[in-house]
Amino acid sequence: MYIRSYLQSGRLTITLSGDIDHHEAQQALKTISEKIESYSPHMCVLDFQEVSFMDSSGIAIVIFCVRRMRELGGELALSNVQQQPMRVFDAAGIRQIAEIREGEPS
Amino acid sequence: MIRSLEYNEVHLEFPSISCNESFARTVVAAFLIPMDPTVEEMADIKTAVSEAVTNCIVHGYPDAVGSIEMLCRLEKHSVTITVEDKGVGIEDIGKARTPMFTTGGAQRSGMGFTIMERFMDTLEVESIHGQGTKVVMRKELSFGVQND
Repeated sequence: MYIRSYLQSGRLTITLSGDIDHHEAQQALKTISEKIESYSPHMCVLDFQEVSFMDSSGIAIVIFCVRRMRELGGELALSNVQQQPMRVFDAAGIRQIAEIREGEPS
Repeated sequence: MIRSLEYNEVHLEFPSISCNESFARTVVAAFLIPMDPTVEEMADIKTAVSEAVTNCIVHGYPDAVGSIEMLCRLEKHSVTITVEDKGVGIEDIGKARTPMFTTGGAQRSGMGFTIMERFMDTLEVESIHGQGTKVVMRKELSFGVQND
């Protein structure tokens, strides 16, 4: 999967592009984790505009990011989550631990 | 000659390498297309297959590459998918099916079985520790078969 990011005023937006499954998740998690560690943002937004498929491997990634951001005293939000990934997030009750935003520019 | 799609099946065997998670999803999607599933049905079944195949790879064969068999069967309006490995097997199936329980460490969420149960109509899990695991999932399709 392809990952790009930008940092603006302490807010790190990480845009994920491609399918998120076990095959992709290990490298994705490493890349995302490195970006969070590099920038120590107070807000991290994971942008799912370009993710059309995700299985429970994506849940593990989000849980990791929520925990790390909390340790850093910050917050995590998800944006532009597409239909199929949203079904998986709902199955995991992710709204209880991460904010889901609509309509963020990516 | 049988024209209307009332019965079809495909039997696939592939090694437990992680690029085959996507391959298995693509196979089941191709199998489902003639049944004209809804977007949600297609997404749910692909996701369940992704979870089942991933379990074989991560848990069935953690230290080596083994064989995964997938059988997709259409009968009238319902599709049954069986995913099987001859790997490590599950010691306690009840525990394994508990949401968020995983033996896979921090990289796994323990949601695989929960998603299979939620996205398919039925899920059966058979396993013998040391011999392998078989999951059988079934889903009734709302629009079913398109007749000629």
